[in-house]
Amino acid sequence: MLGLTLREVSLALREGKVSPTELCQRCLHFIRKTKFLNAYVTVTEEIALKQAEQAEKRFLKGETLGPLDGIPIAVKDNFSTASIQTTCASQMLKGYIPPFNATVVQKLLDQGAVLMGKTNLDEFAMGSGSTDTIFGPVRNPWGYSRQYQERCAQNPEDTKDSSDWLITGGSSGGSAASVASLTCFASLGSDTGGSTRNPAAYCGVVGLKPTYGLLSRHGLIPLVNSMDVPGILTRSVHDAATVLGVLGGHDPKDSTTVPEPFKPFSLPDEIDVRNVCVGIPREYHAPGLSKEILAHWTKAAELFEKAGARVVEVSLPHTQHSIVCYHVLCTAEVASNMARFDGLEYGHRSTIDSSTEVMYASTRHEGFNDVVRGRILSGNYFLLKQNYDRYFVKAQKVRRLIANDFMKVFSSGVDVLLTPTTLSDAARYSEFIKEDNRTRSAQEDIFTQCANMAGLPAVTLPIALSERNLPISLQFIGQGFREKNLLTVAKWYEQQVKFPLIEFQDVADHVSEFPKTTKSASAF
Amino acid sequence: MSSKSLRFLIFSGSRSKLLLRPASPRCGVLRCPGGEFVAGGWCLRLCCRLHHTASTTDGSKTKVPQSPTWEPVSESQLPPVTRVSPDLVDRLERLALVDFRNQEGVARLEKAIRFADQLHVVDTEGVEPMDSVLEDRQLYLQQDCVREGNCAEQLLRTSRRTVEEYFVAPPGNIPLPERDERSSLLKNSEL
Repeated sequence: MLGLTLREVSLALREGKVSPTELCQRCLHFIRKTKFLNAYVTVTEEIALKQAEQAEKRFLKGETLGPLDGIPIAVKDNFSTASIQTTCASQMLKGYIPPFNATVVQKLLDQGAVLMGKTNLDEFAMGSGSTDTIFGPVRNPWGYSRQYQERCAQNPEDTKDSSDWLITGGSSGGSAASVASLTCFASLGSDTGGSTRNPAAYCGVVGLKPTYGLLSRHGLIPLVNSMDVPGILTRSVHDAATVLGVLGGHDPKDSTTVPEPFKPFSLPDEIDVRNVCVGIPREYHAPGLSKEILAHWTKAAELFEKAGARVVEVSLPHTQHSIVCYHVLCTAEVASNMARFDGLEYGHRSTIDSSTEVMYASTRHEGFNDVVRGRILSGNYFLLKQNYDRYFVKAQKVRRLIANDFMKVFSSGVDVLLTPTTLSDAARYSEFIKEDNRTRSAQEDIFTQCANMAGLPAVTLPIALSERNLPISLQFIGQGFREKNLLTVAKWYEQQVKFPLIEFQDVADHVSEFPKTTKSASAF
Repeated sequence: MSSKSLRFLIFSGSRSKLLLRPASPRCGVLRCPGGEFVAGGWCLRLCCRLHHTASTTDGSKTKVPQSPTWEPVSESQLPPVTRVSPDLVDRLERLALVDFRNQEGVARLEKAIRFADQLHVVDTEGVEPMDSVLEDRQLYLQQDCVREGNCAEQLLRTSRRTVEEYFVAPPGNIPLPERDERSSLLKNSEL
């Protein structure tokens, strides 16, 4: 039951094969069993059971609210949830209880979704491993899958340490792990530079980053205002389209959402790709791309061609500078956004208060970790008067060049772009923490942040298992506000590859409680 | 050679160029002729553009490039290395109201600046800066009428120190102490 997609379980609920309360209880039970993954910061057991009860009443009366009614979901802990602690995995907001729901959370709840809890993330969504969090790192459920464990047993020399677990990727690692570990059927993440797609790729789930301006950011604690988007993680492309249908649309409380009306759409089951033009951007073969992912990327292009689609090589010449540009713009906006945390109105407040300046400084000293402080300081550096033109404005100009690259390619007749999502499959934690947060982000976000720079929709889906029996994913990037086309093509490819379900449920029974590691990646 | 001394090893010669890219030892890095050197946190990689195209299973040419296509960026193309002086450290700490905490923090800022220096190889002559991807649209503005509010009590609840309907702030107009005094102050405030 827990391994079904959202679509399948929704049908099961409507057919009475399972009740919302039973489903909720099973998910809660499984969350308890998979606590070692550390995917959840807060498990909202009472709230979930109450919501499930209400959903059950609606089902009995035959007055269901929609496809999400009674469905267990999880929300990343940087979305404000009324009366439920929202921490952003930071000391700064530990214990902070927002007085309102983020718009996207409200929309889910209005549709009857059952909130299982708030998921773990990198502090303030800064990171690409979900390792820099005050609650301890998130573990990849695939590291405990039967598929991976069997492969490790066959190759014991490859597994240096049996307790050396795999990272989920980040920063929405908890959200990805919660869906991948079958404790919920969909979850919300946020995507600024790939924070939804990166963990989706490592955890073998579908990660959708909608067009900037389609979903409301009201209530999403901001990182980079010009690039943030709420992300959707599900187990199938169809599910992602369903959730998008609920969340999309103008919000008067977020003036960066476009006012055009949004029409939810459904994806056909029979798809013909003969009229589709798939672009392969040559610059997406970056140094460090693993041979396996390259092979699958090549095979994918072949498959599209054999099915009659037009596959063309295209060029996005500024791709390799995109990560540098992102680094500058991200830190600059972060410096501005993090200025709101001064301890006065919400969040942590230092006891040292000889003056406002001292209180602010010590609050921020106590509340932020190295990564956040590092980005704030870098951002302030790039925004200094002597550096403003050379770095910040320069980066903004490069951003336009990147956005123009995409525009040129799409206006030449290409419908979607097909690229890798990450350089390789999921890494072991001990390997990952050998480099600092900024270095890792520069590697991990390499293929994903371009879509954020241009504001375009992108979706990653798992397509195969690697040699290590871990998920490998590919990414499709579409034209702005054309999610239907993008997801239709992605769905077709999903149907061709038939990615296997994680064999996890019985494995979880045999996993003993691992000691929580408090060491996070050395970071700045 | 220790990893520290490899850090600034520069190769001369027309064929060799430096690619300033962070090391990614866990990835299956494609080997380029000329080899690869891992130095501290940086990978000085000799990377050449190879344009051989592989065939697909049925012999037709694949559209997917089979080798990395990135152009190497050499040290000579970058501006001089920036060193962060103690004065600059103090200035940034005052502006950001966030501390570097230790020398490692300063070193990381220097690395971040070096990474950002790669922007300068891009030609942006005649290009306008881009603030937002929605720049061609008009921003939605709400009607100027009160729709919600009257929730002062709710909002005050999120603060640690309030008096009646006020957030309480310590005395203002007092400049931040000098660096040494700040460091000892913050040391005592470690959570």
